[in-house]
Amino acid sequence: MTKKINEAVEIRWHGRGGQGAKTACLLLADVAFNSNKHVQGFPEYGPERMGAPITAYNRISDEHCKVHSNIYTPDYVVVVDETLLNSVDVTKGLKETGALIINSKKDPEEIRPLLKGYKGRVCSVDAERISMETLGRNFPNTPMLAAVVKVSNILEQEKFIKDMRESFRHKFLHKESLVEGNMKALLQSMDEVKVG
Amino acid sequence: MAKRDRMSGNEAVATAMRQINPDVMGAFPITPSTEIPQYYSQYIADGLVDTEFVAVESEHSAMSVCMGAAAAGARAVTATSSAGLAYMWELLYVAASSRLPITMAVVNRALTGPININNDHSDSMGARDSGWIQIYAETNQEVYDNYIQAMPISEAIRLPIMICQDGFVTSHGVSNIELLEDDEVKEFVGEYKPENYLLKHENPLAVGPYGTSPYYMEVKRAQAQAMKDSMPIILDVAEKFEKLSGRKYGFFEEYMMDDAEVALVVIGSSAGTGKEAVDRLRAEGKKVGLIKLRVFRPFPRVPLADAMCKVKAVAIMDKAESFSNSGGPLFNEARSSLYDLPGRPYAINYIYGLGGRDITVDDYYEIFNDLFIIHETDDPGDVYRYVGVRDSRYEEGGFDHRKY
Amino acid sequence: MMKRRAQDINEKITWQEVTTGAEIFEPATSLLVNTGEWRVMVPVFKADKCRHCMLCVPFCPDSSIPVEGNKRLDFDFDHCKGCGICVKVCPFDAIDFVKEEK
Repeated sequence: MTKKINEAVEIRWHGRGGQGAKTACLLLADVAFNSNKHVQGFPEYGPERMGAPITAYNRISDEHCKVHSNIYTPDYVVVVDETLLNSVDVTKGLKETGALIINSKKDPEEIRPLLKGYKGRVCSVDAERISMETLGRNFPNTPMLAAVVKVSNILEQEKFIKDMRESFRHKFLHKESLVEGNMKALLQSMDEVKVG
Repeated sequence: MAKRDRMSGNEAVATAMRQINPDVMGAFPITPSTEIPQYYSQYIADGLVDTEFVAVESEHSAMSVCMGAAAAGARAVTATSSAGLAYMWELLYVAASSRLPITMAVVNRALTGPININNDHSDSMGARDSGWIQIYAETNQEVYDNYIQAMPISEAIRLPIMICQDGFVTSHGVSNIELLEDDEVKEFVGEYKPENYLLKHENPLAVGPYGTSPYYMEVKRAQAQAMKDSMPIILDVAEKFEKLSGRKYGFFEEYMMDDAEVALVVIGSSAGTGKEAVDRLRAEGKKVGLIKLRVFRPFPRVPLADAMCKVKAVAIMDKAESFSNSGGPLFNEARSSLYDLPGRPYAINYIYGLGGRDITVDDYYEIFNDLFIIHETDDPGDVYRYVGVRDSRYEEGGFDHRKY
Repeated sequence: MMKRRAQDINEKITWQEVTTGAEIFEPATSLLVNTGEWRVMVPVFKADKCRHCMLCVPFCPDSSIPVEGNKRLDFDFDHCKGCGICVKVCPFDAIDFVKEEK
């Protein structure tokens, strides 16, 4: 008797304490759940300090994910703060069939030399500018989440957009402008993300 | 009608508590269980439940509140972790010997030294001889399901119960869950109707009397019997729960054990990772299995030993170090349960995952490999081992457990 | 079978007979214990000197001074341990304290 091996898509988030990488990770778990996926969203906990590098993880799969360890060979890595490239080995274990998605003004070609020879796709999106333009403040979560969904193709994109509108409506019940702002940020990011 | 949802293990416990609406909660915050009273006090503030929440100044008082409430005839709950559980220590024994059915959500965290907030089982394993029933969970779903089964077990046998889950791993990890409807939970758990309690005016009662030597041992013997007698109750409640939810529970879960040659015995979330390793090794044609222990107190000595006897070598995994020079707590009890059985397997111990040290599928590969070596060579080597610890003997090129 | 009545609980009962959690199901079970036997010294109530001020009553640690209609009665010798506190607190020298002849 053998069992089918569970092939979950594994995502690792790198951010700094207080920037919302954990929130984005949990948000991704949420939207994947809404697409009938089995999800895991979990941060790597320690005594948290504002600005210190933090890691969070997602597993997304069509069946129950049994594994409860951290993720060492992710399919995708999301870097919410590009200054982390100096201190954290963000592509460690990253599969070359996957991609690195980074919040940066730079083009993928400019990022690649900073990645210790990573040969897979490198994708960049200027989440800070998009957030400033659409929300008037620097909340990179929504654009980063959108870029991940766009690049990874783990969720059906039209359904994702529809679900997110619902989710923002629910979240910002009395602030219609935030619903529209976030939706703009989402669409703009999916449109703008550069794949190199 | 089940509801699909996704939430963390802490929210799952708080949700089960909301559905049950116990009379009294006495709690003090400590990482990683803090969210449970936090969520729950929000439910109280929102008017979803009418539990009397007693904000106390310490865990010692939290347990005292629960004991007073339970003795008065109320359904009492609390939640804690690590040093918080340690601070309840003396009361744990009093609650159990006074036979007060208190339900405690334990979010397992290492006991300090060096200080650490991450998961291992040293807190609840330290309390293993306090007379509380202990049930452990692999997933958020299981901790929710176990919590709903807690009171029917605890109140039937009149013993306090710990519903344990792994700190951060499940407590803060969001994953899919199926919730029962509120009225289904209410009906399953029922109302708490103790026969006698302090506030029953027609029947005056003294709780917790001094037990002089001529009585003490008889009281403790009766308490030990209650732990033993809780076994059929645990199975009975699990059976009723299966009828309600479709999810099956027992003292332990056997995973791919039928034709297994070697196996693991493991508690908690790491069992999931172990099952993944089993799946992959099975795909390679290796006959491996896993036993996930759910109920540690009462210890299911006889059925567990029978299950272990299906294989030739078994690795018993302890997420707590006993500093005993003879292995961890699960190892000692599980291995001892094998002693009288003629077909007993080799049983070795691995201490793993202390203070949040990750255990991976690769680690399990290594363990299964060790088990096959034992099976083939008929030599258990050193039975008291570690996995996932840096060891300079490995770095010097090849460290063999069997030679050590 | 569990022995629920205090008068049936003694040092011969088995573990199957002790109550759950050693609970005691009735009030005033101390009345069953004849602590009067522990006495070495005994208080002697001198009714002619007593002004019924009642000072001795709350001081008695064993509730062994019965009161009826605002008057104290003679001691409850089944439970008086002979501690002598009443003798010390009596302002009217209405209680003697002597070695008990058994």
